[in-house]
Amino acid sequence: MNVFRFILQNRGQVLELTGEHLWLVGLSTLFATLIGIPLGIVIAHWPRLNKPVLASANIIQTVPSLALFGFLLPVPWLGARADRLAILALTLYALLPIIRNTYTGIRGVDPAVMEAGRGMGLTDLQLLLQVELPLAVSVILSGVRTAVVISVGLATIAAAIGAGGLGEFIFRGLAMVDNRVILAGAVPAAILALLADVGVGWLEKRLQPR
Amino acid sequence: MQSRAATPVIEFRDVSYCVAATDVLRSLTLQVHPGEILALLGRSGSGKTTTLKLVNRLVSPTSGEVLVNGVPNTDADLTRLRRSIGYVIQEVGLFPHFSVAQNIGLVPKIEGWPEARVRARVEELLQMTGLAPELASRYPHQLSGGQRQRVGVARALAADPEILLMDEPFGALDPLTRDELQREFLSLQRRLRKTVVFVTHDLHEAMRLGSRIALMEAGKLVTILAPDEFLRSTDPWAAAYVKAFGDRLESTATEGKS
Repeated sequence: MNVFRFILQNRGQVLELTGEHLWLVGLSTLFATLIGIPLGIVIAHWPRLNKPVLASANIIQTVPSLALFGFLLPVPWLGARADRLAILALTLYALLPIIRNTYTGIRGVDPAVMEAGRGMGLTDLQLLLQVELPLAVSVILSGVRTAVVISVGLATIAAAIGAGGLGEFIFRGLAMVDNRVILAGAVPAAILALLADVGVGWLEKRLQPR
Repeated sequence: MQSRAATPVIEFRDVSYCVAATDVLRSLTLQVHPGEILALLGRSGSGKTTTLKLVNRLVSPTSGEVLVNGVPNTDADLTRLRRSIGYVIQEVGLFPHFSVAQNIGLVPKIEGWPEARVRARVEELLQMTGLAPELASRYPHQLSGGQRQRVGVARALAADPEILLMDEPFGALDPLTRDELQREFLSLQRRLRKTVVFVTHDLHEAMRLGSRIALMEAGKLVTILAPDEFLRSTDPWAAAYVKAFGDRLESTATEGKS
């Protein structure tokens, strides 16, 4: 098949762009996790904050990705380097599933278990670290999983602002009206998404409490 | 009968608790004496569970104060207070991701006991509550309802608290298991002499386990009576209970109090 021949012939570039793609997705998922999980914990404990936080994350999600990349372009420090900008945009998109699942996971902990823990004299921090997070971990990770899979797809669009990644092939292929080039970007991106899905899914199973 | 002169272990002084202009509890005054089992009897919504939660400050009174060992419980450090009071709830609330041993040993562990001492204490408690040693490594979902409730009691006793609060501890069990657990609880109490407050809506259980029965209705304490007095009481609420539970009661009034 000529798509695979094309990929093989250009394997150097395919690998390089895959590396860039992983960099964009990996870093943005890391940031989104570092921001999203604490935010989810906060809104699970202060229900008053729940609506504004989830609504904001929702609104971000509704902005078309190409438009968001464009909006951020004039921002001084960010606009200077396209990958910074792409990572910020991808982080913003990844927030919603992570915040929402953290919130849902913690709220889903059996109230009887929480009350027993509180009645036994566990401090709030002990309750969080020993009870809430361990019991919510699989729900939280399935949020991370959703976020990663979405990011792998979205990151292809980052090539439109010159941030690199497998989208380069897709946009180039579109311009050249050459399906082989498009697929040289799309197929590795799909494989990345699948691998990420399986990988985080495996982690989810391993960390799941009995 | 213990002497009424000793400082009450728990004392409610004119305690009221309201939620959104509704009185859950109205000027409750009540004393619980060392080593006794006080049964809080009443219907759902009568305020008995709230009364229990006021002791370990899962709920704070709107007015009045609750004293534990003569000190207002608002003066005590919240964590210290709760760790010095055993707490058993109907749903048991075992940590599903902890083994039986981890559940029982949690408070001793966070209290910083050395590992060997925690392990010895867990073994002791398993034996005390009639659980086989090999259950230590099981998880709550692998246990029967009765076993779970035993673990709940063992967990509450772990740090050897002076006070035990129990919210319908045997409510969700089948009659045979309930009977067995009640009997074992009485014999355990004969040895440990804890001060126990337990909530129930079952007069039969209140008569069998309680040294005294505090009858509650619509947020108010109706009366406190010893079990045999309860049967003869002319109070309309008490009489209504006796009538509702019928003649099963005569036989239980004398049992287990020797």
